[in-house]
Amino acid sequence: MPAHVQPLKVYFGVFLALMAFTALTVFAAFVNLGPANTFVALAIAVAKATLVILYFMHVKGNTKLVPVVILSGLFFLFILFLLLAADYGTRGWLGVPGR
Amino acid sequence: MTATPSAAPAAGETTSEGGPRTHYLNAAYGLKSWLLTRDHKRIALLYLVSISVFFALGGLMAVLIRMELATPEGDLFQPDIYNRLFTMHGVLMIFFFLIPGIPAVLGNFLIPLMIGARDLAFPRINLLSWYLYSIGGLFTLWALLHGGVDTGWTFYTPLSTNYVTTSVLTVGVGIFIAGFSSILTGLNFVVTIHRMRAPGLTWFRLPLFVWGHYATSIIQILGTPVVAIAILLIAAERALHIGVFDPKLGGDPVLFQHLFWFYSHPAVYIMILPSMGVISELVATFSRKPIFGYRFVAFASIGIAVLGFLVWGHHMFVAGQSIYAGVIFSVLSMLVAVPSAIKVFNWTATLYKGSISWDTPMLYALGFIGLFTIGGLTGVMLATLGIDAHVHDTYFIIAHFHYIMVGGAIMGYLGGLHFWWPKITGRMYPVFWSKLSALVVFIGFNVTFFPQFILGYLGMPRRYHSYPPEFQVLNVMSSAGATVLGLGYLIPLVYFIWSMRYGPKAPANPWGATGLEWQTTSPPPVENFLTQPVVTAPPYTYASPKRGPEVTVGV
Amino acid sequence: MASDAHGASLGSDAAAHGAAAGLAHHFDSYEQQRDSAALGMWTFLVTEILFFGGLFAAYGLYRSLYPEVFRASSHTLSIQLGTFNTVVLIASSLTMALAVRGGQTGRGKLAAVFLALTLVLGSTFLVVKGFEYHEKFVEHHVPGASFHFEGPDATHAQLFFSLYFLMTGLHALHMVIGIVLVGYVAKRAWGGAYTPENHNFLEGTGLYWHFVDLVWIFLFPLLYLIGRH
Repeated sequence: MPAHVQPLKVYFGVFLALMAFTALTVFAAFVNLGPANTFVALAIAVAKATLVILYFMHVKGNTKLVPVVILSGLFFLFILFLLLAADYGTRGWLGVPGR
Repeated sequence: MTATPSAAPAAGETTSEGGPRTHYLNAAYGLKSWLLTRDHKRIALLYLVSISVFFALGGLMAVLIRMELATPEGDLFQPDIYNRLFTMHGVLMIFFFLIPGIPAVLGNFLIPLMIGARDLAFPRINLLSWYLYSIGGLFTLWALLHGGVDTGWTFYTPLSTNYVTTSVLTVGVGIFIAGFSSILTGLNFVVTIHRMRAPGLTWFRLPLFVWGHYATSIIQILGTPVVAIAILLIAAERALHIGVFDPKLGGDPVLFQHLFWFYSHPAVYIMILPSMGVISELVATFSRKPIFGYRFVAFASIGIAVLGFLVWGHHMFVAGQSIYAGVIFSVLSMLVAVPSAIKVFNWTATLYKGSISWDTPMLYALGFIGLFTIGGLTGVMLATLGIDAHVHDTYFIIAHFHYIMVGGAIMGYLGGLHFWWPKITGRMYPVFWSKLSALVVFIGFNVTFFPQFILGYLGMPRRYHSYPPEFQVLNVMSSAGATVLGLGYLIPLVYFIWSMRYGPKAPANPWGATGLEWQTTSPPPVENFLTQPVVTAPPYTYASPKRGPEVTVGV
Repeated sequence: MASDAHGASLGSDAAAHGAAAGLAHHFDSYEQQRDSAALGMWTFLVTEILFFGGLFAAYGLYRSLYPEVFRASSHTLSIQLGTFNTVVLIASSLTMALAVRGGQTGRGKLAAVFLALTLVLGSTFLVVKGFEYHEKFVEHHVPGASFHFEGPDATHAQLFFSLYFLMTGLHALHMVIGIVLVGYVAKRAWGGAYTPENHNFLEGTGLYWHFVDLVWIFLFPLLYLIGRH
């Protein structure tokens, strides 16, 4: 039984959305939002990635295992970032030389 | 009462001695039929040969190290050469023996059989895994023949990037390629276990061996890529002078350690989880009891895999990591001991009121439980910042991880080999010699490594080829033990090879064990089963007064 | 997961199974084979997430340590070329997705056309990248002995450019592999190798291609769009 075939308009719709987000992120780079600039850029990137994953990569409407696999990968990547930050973010807090 | 089907499932023609006439070993002959095989069972044997070669080489390094350390002066090797010896010992043993180890040999052979499948999900990728492993091994061998590497298996920067002139790049490439092999094996297992279980084989009817390999595969998939990028970055820094760790350019050498240990700590769980899976099978079979707390053991395997990713900083307590991060990693490291402890409790509870038989595999399993406990408890000691600051980079650490990797992982591997050898080869090995070598291994191991705890606590540093004379007695003891241990490893080599030609033919189920792999012939046919197995019962359905007569897994 | 082979004798069916076009002997159904292939490919992509993730971690660390130098270095990259490349790569994802759809609906030659378009777009990306690298070389922004950066804190600028070349270089390497795969799959699709029941290699190549696009979706803002105000 072949997988569900998405209608064409889904693909073109997602493509247009991705173009719009790209324009948005370039535009936002030229606006001074202070530290929020990075956050906005990443949020837009995450939105684009979600669209690609759900629709271009057929994750939506497919087995439930694949999102679990993706999310676990992202979770452990997050752990890498988090505990790295725990080290570098707290260096020098204690006033002990070299720590 | 043994389980019924040594009357192997109908259809297959048998020889006069009752064994199958055609099976995976004699179905095809010739080098091409082995080197181009897609049969997971043959690939497992290809791995068995390769990893034995690397084990021997790594063992040779160990022999030379222990010879040097029998005397306090550095009189056998120049310090430079000694550095290469312990580095290559680590690299060969970790990346080319322990990490592939049980999954590549026993996992490959048994997982399809245990789940009632005809092969793994991706047989050609399985073969590719072996070739990648071999190519990685060849790179490392080439480096070994050109003097090896002298940075320690941990390749810390900036030593490895800016100072040494040894074959760091070659070994790095070898490990990178072998890492791909590890990833592909893990990937194969995960997909196989998810998608190819026999009808009726729900997750909680899986043998714990399979759970253990599933957890291992998760680690292989998620962790290996990060060490791969760490190696790539070292290569870039050495070859292209793109310095991400170079302090002169504002880089941080400790970042390498973070990326390295993010994999290398979970890597130790890659080395122990499969072994724990083996132990579960052995303890159940040779106590003739279901494993106590099956679900706890299954979840503990997953728990070890997950928690194992949260603790890598405990290798870096004195490396310049912030103290707050040290505290966080210390607490998490104590947490990761919990699922391991749960397993030890449950194996012990399985033994209680079991019908114990003292077959060779069981001797290894019992040895494992004791030695792994010691190794694990010393691990909790090391998780405490105060103790680790004192014993970091001493022989205490070396003793700790050898208790786990040798007293734990290798004992599990040997126990597993002895348990499944009749299934794999259709032959039995001589019982007297097998029990004797188990004893020799146990004694030799303890005499080698227990003194090292004391040495480390007294302050003897690791990776030094000379030491103060007051440490000599313990070092001589350790070197003597190593000789005995080596002998204990050599004897099985002899009788295993002997058994393939002269050993008595084994029935389908010599141990009377439960499990789908025992419901097919020894050795199994190419397609594993002559009829599709259907599972109707939980694992380890041994008889007990409460349970009534033995129930075998339906075929 | 139910299996059709319940109780079936494997020996006699082996020939029948093998004869079913493109169903490997160890699978019981096309569905099982397809689900396994998809799960396998996704598992591989997760390893790639962690692989690139290590570089992103290094990038995140050094950017937080040296924000001004990273900003100044980022401004030497061409935002026009970066944006153009982003558009090209996303378009190639569209053509790739349409190619896979062609495979799903049994239209091999249509799939091959879309794959060819994907290949062209991917190659365009690489050509532009090559041009950008050349510019960096000319400006002496390639890390190493001849590195020279105008501006305060020049030594730390090497960190930005090291990461720039490592991350985009690794990405470009993945694109090259992707282009080879796309070319191979295009040839097979044109020859009618893919059916609605079994187009797993095409689907897998698609997943790989989209992943490479995903990496760029994050690389672009992080490398090119740092504080352009």
